[in-house]
Amino acid sequence: MRFGILVFPGTNCEMDTLHVLREVVGEEAEYVWHESRDIARCDAVVIPGGFTYGDRVRSGALACRAPVMEAVAEFADRGGLVLGICNGFQILAEAGLLPGAFRPNAHGRYRCAWSHVRVENAATPFTLACEPGQVLRIPVSHGAGNYQADPDTLRALEENRQILLRYCTPEGDVTPDANPNGSAGNIAGIVNRAGNVAGVMPHPERASERILGSADGRLLFASMVQYLTGRVIRV
Amino acid sequence: MSEKQQPWSLVGLTEAEYRRVVEILGREPNHTELHMFGVMWSEHCAYKHSKAALRRLPTSGERVLQGPGENAGVVRIDDDLAVAFKIESHNHPSFVDPFNGAATGVGGILRDVFTMGARPVASLNSLRFGPLDDPKQQELLRGAVEGIAHYGNTVGVPCIGGEVYFDESYRGNCLVNAMVVGVVRPDRIHKGVAAGPGNLIMAVGAATGRDGIHAASLLASAEFSGEEQRADLPTVPVGDPFAEKMLMEACLELFETGAVVGIQDMGAAGLISSSSEMAARGGVGVELDVRKVPAREEGMEPWEYLLSESQERMLVCVQKGREAEVEAICRKWGVGCAVIGRVTDDGMVRVLDGGTVVAEVPARALASAPVYHPEKAEPAYLAELRAFDWSRLPEPEDWNGTLLRLLGSPNIGSRRWIYEQFDHMVQGATVVGPGGDAGVIRLGAAVAPGAHELARQQPGADAPARPAPAGPPKGIAVSVDCNGRYVYLNPRRGTAIAVAEAARNCVVTGALPVAITNNCNFGNPEKPEIFWTFDEAITGMAEACEALGTPVTGGNVSFYNETSGDAIHPTPTIGMVAVHENLDRLTTPGFKQAGDVILLLGETRDELGGSEYAKVIHGVLAGDAPVLDLAFEKKLQQVVLRAIHEGLVTAAHDVAEGGVAVALAEMAIAAAPGARGCQVNLFLGRGRVDGQIFGESQSRILVTATREQVGRLEALLMVEDVPFKVLGDVTGDGRFRLAALAPGVESDSIYRRQELIDLSVDELQRAYEEAIPRWMGA
Repeated sequence: MRFGILVFPGTNCEMDTLHVLREVVGEEAEYVWHESRDIARCDAVVIPGGFTYGDRVRSGALACRAPVMEAVAEFADRGGLVLGICNGFQILAEAGLLPGAFRPNAHGRYRCAWSHVRVENAATPFTLACEPGQVLRIPVSHGAGNYQADPDTLRALEENRQILLRYCTPEGDVTPDANPNGSAGNIAGIVNRAGNVAGVMPHPERASERILGSADGRLLFASMVQYLTGRVIRV
Repeated sequence: MSEKQQPWSLVGLTEAEYRRVVEILGREPNHTELHMFGVMWSEHCAYKHSKAALRRLPTSGERVLQGPGENAGVVRIDDDLAVAFKIESHNHPSFVDPFNGAATGVGGILRDVFTMGARPVASLNSLRFGPLDDPKQQELLRGAVEGIAHYGNTVGVPCIGGEVYFDESYRGNCLVNAMVVGVVRPDRIHKGVAAGPGNLIMAVGAATGRDGIHAASLLASAEFSGEEQRADLPTVPVGDPFAEKMLMEACLELFETGAVVGIQDMGAAGLISSSSEMAARGGVGVELDVRKVPAREEGMEPWEYLLSESQERMLVCVQKGREAEVEAICRKWGVGCAVIGRVTDDGMVRVLDGGTVVAEVPARALASAPVYHPEKAEPAYLAELRAFDWSRLPEPEDWNGTLLRLLGSPNIGSRRWIYEQFDHMVQGATVVGPGGDAGVIRLGAAVAPGAHELARQQPGADAPARPAPAGPPKGIAVSVDCNGRYVYLNPRRGTAIAVAEAARNCVVTGALPVAITNNCNFGNPEKPEIFWTFDEAITGMAEACEALGTPVTGGNVSFYNETSGDAIHPTPTIGMVAVHENLDRLTTPGFKQAGDVILLLGETRDELGGSEYAKVIHGVLAGDAPVLDLAFEKKLQQVVLRAIHEGLVTAAHDVAEGGVAVALAEMAIAAAPGARGCQVNLFLGRGRVDGQIFGESQSRILVTATREQVGRLEALLMVEDVPFKVLGDVTGDGRFRLAALAPGVESDSIYRRQELIDLSVDELQRAYEEAIPRWMGA
C-alpha cells in the first residue's frame, strides 16, 4: 500500500514519518505538496507535525484551507484513512474533519517529553494492532496541545467510543499529573464518527524504533496497514 | 566639536582607524563609505583584537574539510557524509531583549550551517545568567529559553543538549551561545565566495528594513554602561522562524541546481558584510544597486540598506543566465528573491543608488581591518585567590543535607524545565537527548543531506531509492562545555579543562572526539587584564586541542561582555563533535541493573578550587582550577572508548560539578527501574574529606560493569595503567549509601570507615528536579 504524507509550508515532521513508513513499517510512502489536489495514488493519508505557516492565526488555521485539504476531505468522505499527528491533528480540527479545538498548554510552555497514553478503543483502523487498555510510550511535543470541546461533543466522543488515546501514568492510570497539556479528559487522540479520520497529539513516528527509546508508536501505523491490507506487522 | 560628533565616533571607529581609511582610499570616505568601514572594521566583524591570538590554534587534521574562515567548519564522518557545525553568541541582544535576542541567535547560526550546503540536524546552547533568586534573571532565563524554543522548534531542528550556569558575574551581562550541526555530502560543500565576473548577485529571503542597524558594531562591540538598555531595543532584530524554514528549504534545493557559485548569510552588518567578504574571498569585485533590494520600508538611505540586519536573508552569487531557476525554486517555497548586482573584475565594492554610484571602495580594504596586539597584564586578583587558606572552611556536619543542597543548585540540578521547552526529538534521530553527558543523534536514517526529497520526487513516479546504510547504526555525539569559574581562577588550565570535559562528555557515550568550535566570551579586550586572560585561554585551548587531537574548525569571539566596568567570568565555551561508530554500543549514565559493580577511573585529589561545593556551601570562589594532565586525559579517554566498544561497560558518566558524590547521585537518579540505588565506599587519601567527596578533580569517569565482565575491565585498566578504584555495587533497594574509608591517624594502611550519606534516591531526585522549577514555577 502507499501512504501519502502531506507537506505544507512549515511542516517539519515529514522526513521522520516517511522514514518510519518506508523503512520501519515497510510500505510505500511519498510526499504530497500542499498545492496538489491529486491524492488518487494514496491508500492512506498522514498529516505530519510541524508549524504550518508558522502557526499564524492559530495552529492549523491556514493549512486547512490549502488545495490538498479539499482532496483530503473528499478522500475522507469516501472512507479513506486519514491520520493527523500533532499539527496534523490541529489541521484536521480546523478543517472540521474532527471535532474540538486546541488551546495553548495549560502550563503556558511548549513541552517536549515522553508521555504514556492508554488505548481506549482498540477496534478502530488506527488501533486494531493494540490491546484494549494497552499503555503506549510515545513522546509529545507541542505548545498548543490542550484539546477542548463543548460538553455535548465530549459526551458524544465518549458515547460513540471516539476517544482513541488518553494520557496516563506508566501504569495506565488516567490522572491529572499524567496530563501534559490540560486536555479535557486527558484526551490524546480521537477518531471521527465514521471511524476513518483520526488525530493524535503524541508523535508515533518518533517512537517507532527501539534505538529512539520506544517502538510503541509503530502500532498505530501497523494498525492502518493491517486494516487496509491484512498484513500483520510484528512490533 | 565634541568627541561624539567626530565622523569616526559616529560609526564606532577610532581616530587612527579613520586616518587609515583615508590613507587607503586616498580621500575622505563619504557618508555611505564611512558606515561601511564602521561595521566592517568593528570588533564583531573584524576580530581585530583576537585575530593574532587565534592564529595559535590548531586548525587542521585528517578529518577537517573546512577550517576557520568560512560560515562554519566541516569535518568528514565517512566517504559519503560530513558534518558542518559552528557556535555563535547573541549575548548583548539577549540581555536587551531576551526572547528576540535568543531567537535571532538561533536563526543566525542555523543560516551559517545551511549556507555551507548542510541540512541542520541538531542544535545546542550554552547559557549564563545571574543567580536565579533575582527576578530579573528569572525573566532573562524565561525569555531566552522561549526565544530559542520558538525559533528552533518551528524550523524543526532538535535541541539535543546544552549547558547553563548561574553566577554573580553574569548578572549584568547574560550569555546566549547557540550551536548548530548539519549534515552535508563531502563533495557538496558550499562557500561564501563570489567568483566569475558577470555572474549575478541575488538577494534571497526576507525584505530589508531598518532593523538591527549597527547592532554588530555598536551593540556587540561595546560594553553596557548599565543605563542604556531600553533605548537599545530598536537595534535588536526580530526573527521569523517560519521564513527561516522556507529560506532553508529553498537554499538546500538551490544548491542541487548547480547554479550557485557562492552564498553567504546576511547576518551581522548585513549586505555590506556578506558582499564584501564574498568578493574578498573570491578576489573579485561586486556592484550592487540598493534600489533593487526588496525593501519593506520607504525612504531608506543607501547605508541603511547596506547595514540592515533584517533576518532570514541570504546573498547568493548565481551563474549568469540561471536566475530563472533560482526564481522558480524561491517561488515554490514562498521566498523572495531579486537580482541586485553582479560580479566585476575590478576588486571594488561599488554601491549604486538607482544607477548613481554612492560608494566605491576596494573589497580587500573593507576586509582588512587593522590587527591589534593589545597590552597584556596578569590580573592582580589571581595571586590573592590562589593563596586562599582552605583550612578556614569547616567540613560538613550534615553530609546528607550537603548533597541535597548541591543537587538542588541550579548549576547541578535537572535542566528539564529548560529542555522540555525545546523540541529535542524532531527528525527522528535523537538517541540521547538533553540531560545526559552529551547529546547523541543517529545519522543516515530519516534525514539525509541536501534538498527536500520533494524536489526529486517526480509526480506519478516511484520514490527515489536511498541505499540502506551498511553496518551498525552510526551517529555523532555533541557537547558544549565551559566552567567559567575554572577559567576565572586559571584561564589557561580552565580553558584546557573545558576542552577536556567536552571531549570526556562525548567519550562516555562511546564517541570519538574529532573537532571543536569555540565561543570566546570575554570582557573588554582593551583592558590589559582582560586581554591577558583571553590570550592565556587561547593558549590553554590550543594545548588541549593538540593533546586530544581535536582541531578548531571555527568559532566566534564575543568581547565587551561588561556592565559598569565589571566583566563576566571569562567563558570560552567549547562545542565538541564526536563520531560514534556503533550506536549498539551506546552508553548512558544511569545504572542499568542491580549487582553491577561501580568503578571510579582516574585520580581523586583534595581539590576545592572553583568547586560548586565551595560556592554553594561556603560562598567561596577561590583557589586554583583543578589539576589537568592532558596526556593522562587522552589515555583515559582512549581506554574508556575501548572498554565501551568491547562491551565491558554498562554505564559511564563524567565526574564534574559536585564531584564524585553528585556524579553517583546522577547515575542513581537516571537508573533503570530495578537499579535505583547503590552502596559505595570511597577510599580517601590524606587531606580534606569534602575536598575528595565533592571536589572536582579532572580526568575522572565513573563506570559500571556486570559481575561477569568486571574482571576483564579491571585487566584492561591495569594493562593500560589507568588508576581505578572499585567503589561498590548497584543495588535495587532505592537507597543511596556512601561511606568514606579514610586513612587512620596512625598508619596509611589502616582505614577507618565513616558512613557519610544515606538517602533515598527519591529524595535525591526531588532535590535534583526542583532546582530550577523552585525559582521558575512548575
